[in-house]
Order: sequence, then structure tokens, then C-alpha cells
Amino acid sequence: MTRKSSDDFSKVETPSEIISRLEDGMTIGIGGWATRRKPMALVREILKSNLKDFTLVSYGGPDVGLLCASGKVKKLIFAFVSLDHYPLDPHFRAARQSGKIEVWELDEGMLHWGLRAAAMNLPFLPTRIGIGTDIINQPSFEFIDSPYEDGETFVAMPAINLDAALIHVHRSDVKGNILIMSPDPFFDELFSRAATNTYASVEKIVATPELDMEANARFAILERARITAVAETPYGAHPTSATPDYHLDLNHIKSYVESAETPEAWEAYKANYLYGTQANYVDAVGGADAIGAIAKPVY
Amino acid sequence: MTDYNCSLAELIINACAEAWRDDGELMATGIGPLPRLGASLAKVSFNPLLQITDGETYYADAPVPPGKRHKEPVFEGYANYDRVFSTLWSGRRHSMVSPVQLDRFGQANISTIGDRAAPKVAMLGARGFPGNSICHPNSFFIPNHSTRSFVENEVDFVCMAGYNTERYMNGKPPKGLDLRIIVSDLCVMDFNGPEKSIRVVSLHPGVSFEQVQENTGFELKKAFETLPLTPAPSDAHMALFETLDPNNVRASVLKNNPPAIGN
Repeated sequence: MTRKSSDDFSKVETPSEIISRLEDGMTIGIGGWATRRKPMALVREILKSNLKDFTLVSYGGPDVGLLCASGKVKKLIFAFVSLDHYPLDPHFRAARQSGKIEVWELDEGMLHWGLRAAAMNLPFLPTRIGIGTDIINQPSFEFIDSPYEDGETFVAMPAINLDAALIHVHRSDVKGNILIMSPDPFFDELFSRAATNTYASVEKIVATPELDMEANARFAILERARITAVAETPYGAHPTSATPDYHLDLNHIKSYVESAETPEAWEAYKANYLYGTQANYVDAVGGADAIGAIAKPVY
Repeated sequence: MTDYNCSLAELIINACAEAWRDDGELMATGIGPLPRLGASLAKVSFNPLLQITDGETYYADAPVPPGKRHKEPVFEGYANYDRVFSTLWSGRRHSMVSPVQLDRFGQANISTIGDRAAPKVAMLGARGFPGNSICHPNSFFIPNHSTRSFVENEVDFVCMAGYNTERYMNGKPPKGLDLRIIVSDLCVMDFNGPEKSIRVVSLHPGVSFEQVQENTGFELKKAFETLPLTPAPSDAHMALFETLDPNNVRASVLKNNPPAIGN
């Protein structure tokens, strides 16, 4: 990392510095989608901490499974938890079936709408989604009649305000100008705009000119004022993908799934992958070259 | 007499394709190999206007075969999740999905079985089912027609709205609710019975109406006094399967890949 000039401020922190800013009981949103571009290095850092009782908001993948298996989650706000090629995450299933976590289960679009309401500083946004289903029989939903001629009754989807959003991005500079270069940015922008603070793990921190902003403007989905801190964590999304830099590691997902089979397997997984630094982790999963060589999976 | 020189999976794909015949230009989403191949078959045979994705982020010019890629697809459009939500909210999509439970109203469940606080079985979660069900047309593929999949009472957790007046808001059906067909390993059904009830439209060869009724948790209607057989794929459609599914994924979906007749 280079500093362009002495005037530049820097938001660069280590993953542990970022995680030390979180507090017990916070509502935390995690970007990405299922097995794609999850800020896993930051999630692993949470696992090493004493933090607890989070309300977690996620389009869920192994981020949710790991945090549930480690007892960090009090309540989950979600529409699904899936590992795509392994449709069901066994760690999430075990936690859900044990009754140890509270859930507020939403439709994917309602979760989007709740984050958007928060992003717009609105208390709610109206939607028809949920009508006719058991979703709206859960607590925390109110209804509202259209004040216009149609008079239709809508679900008032409440804002989902986040204390913190964790996202994984491809590039940033030290000031927090970020680029998400994946084919699909998912809803990371809304997670950030719904949050008081956004923390980004970054594949590579570069000098501002190297962002090549004119060419890459469409990948700059957030302004730097939204970003509280950035941490350089190469391969920080592994085992999920950060296309185009690297793809989903299906072999590792298999190990992750198998780690739920017995308490011994889970202890072994933790010892192998969850106690060290991000650099230790990259070595443990085969090294940078091996991650870089993973073939693009077929969905 | 129709020639059933095809597998049951191929008969099912052919029946699934019919879901999209008259849809015109919209997003066709088949979840799982047989519905996906059904949408693909519809696109390359009778409805070339359909838009089908690569299963991830782009619309493909031609259907992308399930499994290993033998050539790189040509993409014609962008289907990131934000855009998919916009599309589905507009109604310009018809999905075919495979819920774990389906009831007499067409209500579907992929979330939990048993007690909500500590479920016997926790599955995916509702995903986009609640929104899909009230925004655009939906059809179903149920690979194991039984009283466990077609349940006697309401499904354990209603993820997709159905024609259940008890759950309507102010007595009116949700605006975009439009359930089309159900293809199972025994028959094809639709929702065109009295009060949108489910009726059998055709039977797969070797299957009787009584057998279908025995394996269904609620009473079924018949579309016709004498039910026809589900049509076999034409020779032209059989030839298309080789292009649409060069990895023969369709042979691995149903146990032992039974033929369409004599099972």
C-alpha cells in the first residue's frame, strides 16, 4: 500500500481492529449472496472474538452457518441460507432445528425492501409481498391502506436498520473509495446505506489513480463517506467467490459441510481454519496459487 | 396409439415445456434440471421469445445445458438479482418450482416442517416464493407424487400464496396470483376446477386416476370423464434433447431413470 501524499487520510485497519468496533447485541448486516462474495475474513475474525447476541441480517451462506455454529447469533433476519451446490447448510439447520436462534423469515424481495427503507430513512415501504402466506403471520408486521382511490391494503415492510454492514470488495484506496467488480453486486449498496457503519474487507488496496475510476465507475457502488474502515484481506471471501479474482471453492465447501457431521469434525475444522490469521487461513486452504487456479463452477 | 419410446423424465420435460407455450416474451425460470430443460425445450421449439438465464447472472442467447459446459454460452442480457426482482415484480416471468409440500389451494412450502420455533426439518427458507407467488405465473414439478408432497391439510408454513380465500386480504385474491400447471411423476394437473381447485388433466402411461388420488392428500377433480394420456415427446423434441442436455442430466433425476411406460 502506498500513500499518495501526506494530506491523505487513511481508513485502513486490520480485521481485528475492525471487529473490535463491534459490540454485543448489535444488528449486523452481511453483504454478498449465499456462496458469493461473503466477507469471510471478517466473519472468521468475529468467531475469534468474545462478541455475542448479534441480530444477523443476510442473504445467507456459510457466513450464517459459521456464526450460528459458534453461538454468535441471537436472532436471524433472512430469506434463505444456502450453499447453492449443497442446497442446505448443515450448521444453520442444526441451529435452526435446536430452537436456539430466533428467526424473522422474509421473502428475498422483502429483505431488499427493508434495507431500502432504512437506506431512504423511511420507517417502512409498502409491498404486496407476504400477502397470502405465513410470512406476515410472524410478529413485527403492520398493514397500511393506500390513501389513493385504489384503497388497497399493503404490508408495511419495516425498515431494517443496521448498526454495521460487513462487505467484501475487490479494490479500494486508503480513503475507502471501493470497487465491487463482480458480475452481480447483489445488495451490498443497500446493506451499507442501511447501516450506521460499513466495514469492507478488500482484495487489494491500491493508490487512488489505480482505481481507474473513469473506466470502473459502474463498479463504484458506494461513496467513500459510507465506508468507516477497510482491511486488506487477500482471498478474504474464500471459500465463497470473488469473481473475477477467484471462484467458489467447492472442495472447501464440501469440507465445511462435512464438519457438521460430528463434534470431532467441527473441532478439527475450527483448529484447521478458524484460529489463525487470514495469512494462516490462506496457507491452510492450499495457498494463493491453489485458490487462483480454482475453475469457475457451473450453477 | 402413441409410441412411448422415451424415459419418464423425457415425458415430464415435454409436459413441463407446455407451461410456457402461450407466454410470449418473458423470463422463463425452471428450477431443477427437468423444469429447466422444459423451459429450454419450450424456447427452442414453440416459444423462441422466452428469456432464459445461464442459472446465474446473464440471459443466454440459447439455453445453457445443465452440468458440464461443452462450449461457452453467448449472453444476450443481464439478469443480476436486482434486475430479477424488478422483472418478477412486473409480472414478466413464469417460474416452475419444486416445493417440498403443496396443498389443495396451491400453497407451497420450502421453509420448515413441524414446530416453527424448533422445526423437525429446517430447509432453505422462503426464498423468493412469497413474492413470486403474487407477482407472476407459477407452475410446479413434484418428482415424488405422494401424500407427503400433496398434503391433506395446509402446508406446514405457507411460503407461496394459493387460492385460499381464508388468507385473502379484504376478501380479494392477491393481485398477481396465477397458478398454472402441476407436473408430477404420475400425471399433469391444473387449477381450473371449481373455485380454482386442482384437477387432473392427463395421466402418464400406466397410471390410473385412482392411483393418483390414493397418493394425494386431498380430493382431486377430473378435467375430462376419460382422462387422456400425457403426450409423448415428438421425434423432433426427442432429437432436441441431445442438444439441450448433452450430459444426459435428465437420466439422473428420477430413481433408476424409468421408461415412460411399464414402470
